[in-house]
Amino acid sequence: MKKLACLLVILLSVPGLAGAADETLRLMDVRTDLSDKASLQRGAKYFVNYCLGCHSLKYLRYQRLGQDLDIPDELVEKYLIWDGSKISSPMTSAMRLEDADNWLGAIPMDLTLAIRRHSGGGLRVGRGADWVYTYLNTFYRDDKTPTGVNNLVIPNASMPHVLWRLQGIPEPVYARAEDDGSAKQRKVVGVKIPEGGGALSEAEYHRMTRDIVNFLVYASEPIQSARKALGLPVLLFLIVFLAIIYLLKQEYWKDVH
Amino acid sequence: MKPEGADLRRRRLLTGAAGVVGGVGVAYAAVPFLSYWQPSVQAEAAAAPVEVDISKLEPGQKIDVEWRGKPIWVFRRTQEELDTLPKLNDLLRDPHSEVVTQQPPYCQNLPRSIKPEYGVMVGICTHLGCIPLYEPKPGSVDDEWLGGFFCPCHGSKYDLAGRVYKGVPAPLNLAVPPYWYPSESRIVIGEHQEEGGAS
Amino acid sequence: MSGDAKARGLRGWIDARFPFTKLWEEHAAKYYAPKNFNFWYYFGSLAIFVLVLQLFTGIWLTMYYKPSAEHAFASVEYIMRDVHWGWLIRYLHSTGASAFFIVIYLHMFRGLLYGSYRKPRELLWLIGMAIYAILMAEAFFGYLLPWGQMSYWGAQVITSLFGAVPGIGEKLMIWIRGDYTVSDVTLNRFFALHVAAMPLLLVLLVVVHLMALHEVGSNNPDGIDIKRHKDANGIPLDGIPFHPYYTVKDMVGVTVFLIVFALVVFYSPTMLGLFLEPENFEPANPLKTPEHIAPVWYFTPFYSILRCVPDKLWGVVALAASIFVLFLLPWLDRGRVRSVRYRGRGFKIALALFVIAVLILGHLGAKPPTPGRNLVARSCAVLYFGYFVFLWVYTFFDLEKTKPEPERVTNGSVKWIPQWIQWQRLEKAKREPERVSPK
Repeated sequence: MKKLACLLVILLSVPGLAGAADETLRLMDVRTDLSDKASLQRGAKYFVNYCLGCHSLKYLRYQRLGQDLDIPDELVEKYLIWDGSKISSPMTSAMRLEDADNWLGAIPMDLTLAIRRHSGGGLRVGRGADWVYTYLNTFYRDDKTPTGVNNLVIPNASMPHVLWRLQGIPEPVYARAEDDGSAKQRKVVGVKIPEGGGALSEAEYHRMTRDIVNFLVYASEPIQSARKALGLPVLLFLIVFLAIIYLLKQEYWKDVH
Repeated sequence: MKPEGADLRRRRLLTGAAGVVGGVGVAYAAVPFLSYWQPSVQAEAAAAPVEVDISKLEPGQKIDVEWRGKPIWVFRRTQEELDTLPKLNDLLRDPHSEVVTQQPPYCQNLPRSIKPEYGVMVGICTHLGCIPLYEPKPGSVDDEWLGGFFCPCHGSKYDLAGRVYKGVPAPLNLAVPPYWYPSESRIVIGEHQEEGGAS
Repeated sequence: MSGDAKARGLRGWIDARFPFTKLWEEHAAKYYAPKNFNFWYYFGSLAIFVLVLQLFTGIWLTMYYKPSAEHAFASVEYIMRDVHWGWLIRYLHSTGASAFFIVIYLHMFRGLLYGSYRKPRELLWLIGMAIYAILMAEAFFGYLLPWGQMSYWGAQVITSLFGAVPGIGEKLMIWIRGDYTVSDVTLNRFFALHVAAMPLLLVLLVVVHLMALHEVGSNNPDGIDIKRHKDANGIPLDGIPFHPYYTVKDMVGVTVFLIVFALVVFYSPTMLGLFLEPENFEPANPLKTPEHIAPVWYFTPFYSILRCVPDKLWGVVALAASIFVLFLLPWLDRGRVRSVRYRGRGFKIALALFVIAVLILGHLGAKPPTPGRNLVARSCAVLYFGYFVFLWVYTFFDLEKTKPEPERVTNGSVKWIPQWIQWQRLEKAKREPERVSPK
């Protein structure tokens, strides 16, 4: 059981339809829940602590976040605003873009819409959350990259493993070699988390990354809960109106038949 | 078409019901379209209270502050200027600030301010929205002028407490915004003390 | 007529100065529509409803939208987040765009089904096709406005099509863009066209479409002329006043439509990535092409036709032809009857194949091309154009074996079935004595 839990296998490459040669990574299933306010609050805190240094949420205001996640303004100012921003200002990163380009070789993307950007088409519409969750869970040691780590979701990502103190640095799991097995040629298909490598247990790390993803799902469309809640009364009203108008139509059409 | 055998009563009833329910639906549907015109969250954020440092303000001086896109005057009156205020009562439309919309209750006094020395006012003429001029010098507008504000657009006159004269087009005294003193030398404009005290 | 009984009061005062009552009677209270309209006849009034919805939500969106490359994307998010109810107005507009095409496609299919483009409704059909062409332009211009990756690269690809025009292509393309690539200038002119020019044309053409319709009268599922049988007052026996019978019936249609529409707006505004594509949640980046560019679903059948031709110029020609050929329908189809109910089996099979081909083309147009898919797309493109060729051959050389049309309209599609069975029996009965007679 423990062995199973330790070994994170995200392999299973499915050949695309009609001869598409690329192999796709099977994403982990995160199961976010926007009604879990505690998870969203923790996610906001983690995001501010670990992500906001580089990644902004420039379309989300601190105040809005506080209102939606039931965090009073004073607590938002005390625990979530670190750079002296006003509570009404958007959550922008303090990092300057030129610095980012110099340090990382890339400008960290704004994450407000990351979930919606990576949502899949069709029935994979919920894929955005899984995508980010899998990304946060598939860093592995790779001494050939400048950051010392690599990632299964975004190969050669310029982002370092920011949460390594918490997770530890997972080791790559290679596909079973068919030939001599020279490490260079082998394909990484999963990651193995070293025991006691980080400050958090694996379950705790999963919960933490799920909270972050949950928060990002919220940030991608803050009104989504309100939107779904409004749907029912609107539909009920329309059904009542339909009943009346249908009876009226039947009444008039008695003349015709 | 002759509605032979048609139940006209039922027809009228259903038409009425459809009209009422449909009307309610249209009214509800109009709400988002009307609310859309309200100031957005961004505009509300920009309308947040502003804090002003008045430690450098000398008697007889005035500074302008922007709050909600409007000019707010903060000016310091000399003792002589304050002494002119009671003398003008007969010349004014509303000498006792009885129109309650024009100032918060804590400014319904002779100088229309929390501290008599410091005046805080929305610098917009109550006639048609021009910005009146600060004319503190006696005699600068006309011979009887004891100091006050003069609107160049249509000649409305106010005294140094922002009270409007009789016989000019402006109907009301200048508005006093809500404000309070977080400390001796600072003013927060845009909220009452009970709102601002919490944060 | 009511001209004799002069109305009094306000109505009378207005009528002396403006033909209010006259217009109302001509277009509603005394416009006699066939009484046998079925399901397919809801989509005309629905199209007008969606047009009004798009006009209102569109006007409201322009109140906060900023047509500049720098601010467009952020202003859309601003509407979605900071403006009161902005999210609803925006989702209504984005869902309305797709709904418009669904309704229009079903409306057009109705025309194919019942021969509504046939004489004397050729001009009505041409005006309708012009509306469809303008609607496509309107949708294309509007799609650039959110200034996301798909907006940008979609516009880049479609404006590049004009580069295929021999000789002047390159210059034409730059003239349309107003720059050497799609840029802020392009966005500005597309905005002007989307919010002013196209809607104006659209509304004007819709009015003209209705005027033409009310001049010739509505077709119906039986495809026969109701004006042949009139009563003593000159009113068609099979006609009923549009108001109140069809106004109240269309209200039922509008309400059902709104229920489906609300389901999408409130529960799946991106409609699984079909109505709002995931790539468009990333701001336009002129230096980075998305992995796969596909137009929104309502353009994909034509995009497929464009893409399956392995030549730039001929691809564009095929694309243009696929739309243009629809304009020619009234002159390609020379059949003896209008409605599918009385047409030959060949027509029914051809129409079914045509619909299947369009659906497959639409599906393929949204996917990245592969050799296998290209082959399927080519076969479907052949089926698409084949429909029109077949229709002309089939009817010009009179190969169609039609069924006799009824003298009067049949009452509704459900009642049509027993009549059809009866007709079959009659046919059988007619043939049997013949077999006996040689004795």
